[in-house]
Amino acid sequence: MEQVKCECGHVNPHGTVFCESCGKPLEEQGEKSLLDMRYEGSARRSQTYKRTIVDQIWAFFSSVKVGVALIVITLIASVIGTIFPQEMYIPPNVNPADYYEEQYGWAGKLYYELGFNNLYGSWWYILLIALIGVSLVICSLDRVVPLYRALKRQGVKRHPHFLERQRLFGVSRISDMDQAVALLKERLAKQRYRVREEDGHLLAEKGRFSRWGPYVNHVGLIIFLIGAMLRSVPGMYIDEVMWVREGETKEIPGTNGQYFLKSEKFIFDTYKKGEDNEVFNAAIDRVGDGMIAENYQTNVVLYKRVGPTVAGAKPELEKVKEYPIRVNEPLKFDHYALYQVDFRLNEPKTMSFQLTDKQSGKTLGTVAIDLYDPKETYNLGNGYRVELLSYFPDFEFDEDGNPSTKSRVPNNPAFVFKMYAPDRPEGEVSFVAIQQTLEPFGDNKYKMAFAELETRNVSGLTVRRDFTLWILGVGGAIFMFGLVQGMYWNHRRIWVQRVNGELWIAAHTNKNWFGLKKELHRLLDGTGLTMPADRLEERKQAGQGGQAHGTA
Amino acid sequence: MVQLSSTLLYISFVLYLIGTFLFGGAIRDKRKEQQGKDRWSQFGIAVTIIGFLAQVGYFVTRWIAAGHAPVSNLFEFTTFFGMMLVGAFIIVYFIYRLSVLGLFALPIALLIIAYASMFPREISPLIPALQSDWLHIHVTTAAAGEAILAISFVAGLIYLIRVVDQSKPSKRTFWLEVVMFGLVTTLGFVIVSTAFGLSGYEAKFTWIDKNNQSSEVEYHMPALVGPHKGELAKESAGRLDPLVEMPAIINAKKLNTVIWSLMAGAVLYIALRLVLRKRIAAALQPLAKNVNLDLADEIGYRAVAIGFPVFTLGALIFAMIWAQIAWTRFWGWDPKEVWALITWLFYAAFLHLRLSKGWHGEKSAWLAVIGFAIIMFNLVAVNLVIAGLHSYAGT
Amino acid sequence: MKKQQRLVMRTVILLLLLAALGYTIYANFFTEKTAVAVGSTAPDFVLSDLEGREHRLSDYRGKGVFLNFWGTWCKPCEREMPYMNELYPIYQKQGVEILAVNVGEPKLNVEKFAERFGLTFPIVIDRQDQVLNAYGVGPLPTTFLIDKNGKVKKIITGTMTKEDIKQHLESIKP
Repeated sequence: MEQVKCECGHVNPHGTVFCESCGKPLEEQGEKSLLDMRYEGSARRSQTYKRTIVDQIWAFFSSVKVGVALIVITLIASVIGTIFPQEMYIPPNVNPADYYEEQYGWAGKLYYELGFNNLYGSWWYILLIALIGVSLVICSLDRVVPLYRALKRQGVKRHPHFLERQRLFGVSRISDMDQAVALLKERLAKQRYRVREEDGHLLAEKGRFSRWGPYVNHVGLIIFLIGAMLRSVPGMYIDEVMWVREGETKEIPGTNGQYFLKSEKFIFDTYKKGEDNEVFNAAIDRVGDGMIAENYQTNVVLYKRVGPTVAGAKPELEKVKEYPIRVNEPLKFDHYALYQVDFRLNEPKTMSFQLTDKQSGKTLGTVAIDLYDPKETYNLGNGYRVELLSYFPDFEFDEDGNPSTKSRVPNNPAFVFKMYAPDRPEGEVSFVAIQQTLEPFGDNKYKMAFAELETRNVSGLTVRRDFTLWILGVGGAIFMFGLVQGMYWNHRRIWVQRVNGELWIAAHTNKNWFGLKKELHRLLDGTGLTMPADRLEERKQAGQGGQAHGTA
Repeated sequence: MVQLSSTLLYISFVLYLIGTFLFGGAIRDKRKEQQGKDRWSQFGIAVTIIGFLAQVGYFVTRWIAAGHAPVSNLFEFTTFFGMMLVGAFIIVYFIYRLSVLGLFALPIALLIIAYASMFPREISPLIPALQSDWLHIHVTTAAAGEAILAISFVAGLIYLIRVVDQSKPSKRTFWLEVVMFGLVTTLGFVIVSTAFGLSGYEAKFTWIDKNNQSSEVEYHMPALVGPHKGELAKESAGRLDPLVEMPAIINAKKLNTVIWSLMAGAVLYIALRLVLRKRIAAALQPLAKNVNLDLADEIGYRAVAIGFPVFTLGALIFAMIWAQIAWTRFWGWDPKEVWALITWLFYAAFLHLRLSKGWHGEKSAWLAVIGFAIIMFNLVAVNLVIAGLHSYAGT
Repeated sequence: MKKQQRLVMRTVILLLLLAALGYTIYANFFTEKTAVAVGSTAPDFVLSDLEGREHRLSDYRGKGVFLNFWGTWCKPCEREMPYMNELYPIYQKQGVEILAVNVGEPKLNVEKFAERFGLTFPIVIDRQDQVLNAYGVGPLPTTFLIDKNGKVKKIITGTMTKEDIKQHLESIKP
């Protein structure tokens, strides 16, 4: 049960298909069939011991069939996730439950109810990816160890059964065996084979390292998955949004109050005919002049806080650098990156009104209202005065029909003024919104005539810090390396052996048989040795002999 | 410069067409006599290489004219994909010297380039998100990877045409005909688009979109299906009134194009069947008669083995690096990203099935066909149907 | 011997994988991603009230603090303000302070609001969103209950009834 001793004297682990050293088939697979060379016939541990639960779980995950099944399930799930947009891509401020039904009818409703609206963040999708990770680890461990053993212990001299059951195999009868072997050895070395010789037999091998490719790329994938997993560890990953207005200095969220940002200017450019490369004219014509964006840019100044950090206290700031943040050119500092992602143009900043005599049209002074910090009273001199009774930065009528504000942002400012004049000591009340004036207590003598609106642009920036990026990078690089290693090289072996006065040549490669055959042709050219036949092809042709065949 | 560029593309198209016939000649020739120099193939590959160089010329001149690599819209990307496909074929040809590969690869490249030409061809300026060197790096590598993977489809197709028993109808003959129908429909799309384009057909509709806004849409094919509450504009009086009206969430114009293409495809397909009096695959079978199946299988596998790492690098790794720079995150489950992942998972499964489960030969060929279908879906449907961040790659 | 070792190895590897899997699921679905966690020390801040007096959170050590973030446009905030105002004098005597942090609105509006409801507890304005960031406040109103040691005892998002407020104030009495 424990171990199997081959006639060549080598002791093999239980379950080995053919001897690690000489290659003699240990478990008969039926006469003359080609040897299955995968994993060098070594004993995959999981298939031999299945007694405890641990062994059974191990055996389950070590199966490639299970791995492929997991991949296919993930693939199908991923497809489903693209049928309708994911929740992160639907407009914000809508109720997803209603949105899916409104947009896509019953199918959308079902989609939402099954939780496919957030498929890639669902517990079962994450579980699927994690199970692929488990499968990767166990499959790799289960194969790489025995494979390593088998390749390390392979002998030069092979059992004749091993040779004659290779896909490429040929027998030559020649007079001067020594000379032929010596010539082959020289030619093999020239083709960069590592040649081992034992009792006049040859084993030439090259590209063995490509056998480790799959395992290297699996290690890369596992590192990548670990990186992805670490994002959920607090502090590893920061993702914040900040809106900053021109001229404003704001704390950068996610930096624990350490960094501040001032926006000097937001720039939005479009392609225009006549200004840009003429070849673009046709494209601009089709979409409309000034409709294709050319640049989104925020010119910023980055500050670092010096001295103690207490939220709310006026910070003492030290300038770090000036930088134009553009799409594709984020501002990077201290592991953080600030990206240009959004903007709002022309947000009201100050609004000016002129106190005007309605009849004469005479203006009696100008009131400039800072929409972020309006004053209560504006004195215009000569007995003229305006009081601000109420201010609604983002005006609307609430459910009860009262004027109110939707937010603190002055998107749609509205005011209730009380205007005092020497001839109106009690004051007149006027409600002023954009393009709208109400006089709730009857006709007024004076009005607040709109004079000017000063606006500024707002930049929407994303703040990121991701400590997992380098892990993902390392994982990705190792994965690529392993992939290239396994795919662009192949492991070729050529056995040259003297058997009963004949020269037997057998060859094996893990992929690209065409290349191996061409190489053999070159090696054997002019030696008088028989080119090993491709026995797989022979067999096929023999099998197809019955079928109708055109004149060859 | 722009004019020169278009001319070069046109020349390359014609040359690929000639190349196809030369490779066809090579097959006929080979059937007659095995021995002797194969002149047809030599001419074929020479013409193909000249065509390829012409297309490289198109690419370079257009790059110079625009100031950025011409891979920024659907026409440019798809054309480039066709060019890479021819490039990949040339390399594979010099490894394996298989003429029949040219006979199938070139028409597919032709179809792809013709399909690309149906989209707006003007040079468009780059929107801010695209203004990066990663545009060239990511898109070209991804296209190269997909093109190499497409070679496995060509090899698989040849394998299937040769091996599927056409003497009686079966599931295999059915699905092979589905593939043929897909190719014919692409041709149908090209024909109807060109025909209506040449005739200058135009029909303007005003319609109500899903946000209840009134919009305008211009059809370039007679409207079989019309937009939501669509009404023909005055200047289009006399144009065909839609037979069916679509709800607002469906893009009726695109659906209309799809229906026309399918109809044209069906007409073409039926005509071909009537002329040939057998399945298209059956008619093609003699062309693949002398193909060494093991070689076809090996080419298919080799293409995946070479293409998979290139695809991974271009469509996933470079894509992630760029996404991190331009969109603040390396991965955001955008439909195009997901479909790149799906493609990748599919070929990963392909390789595992082949390596561990021994799925060689016909099974492997069918998988290669499915893989190509996924790539095409990502190229066509995800750009045109499933709108996402990448949708600016469309029209 | 060897078989025993193999079993141990496999068990260890499987447990490691299980732990990684469990942690990922746990971290993604069973933890709240808040800037300030319950049980941690409430971040210190200094803000000025409507009269210009500075309030520093750490000066309230030894007292419970009912820290309420609000805005004048937020209806639920408006509803709970009178309750807080009513309970404030009672609990102030018992060592619980109410501190209302306005989310950076114009002083004028905050003053008018305070006048309208006759609010007596200190109202501070977070002009630059610094405190908002430090506490990671999303929707309004959000209330942090801070005990006499400066630790966050509870975070309440959304509107509260008078009874709720009373219980909360009760719970942070020193």
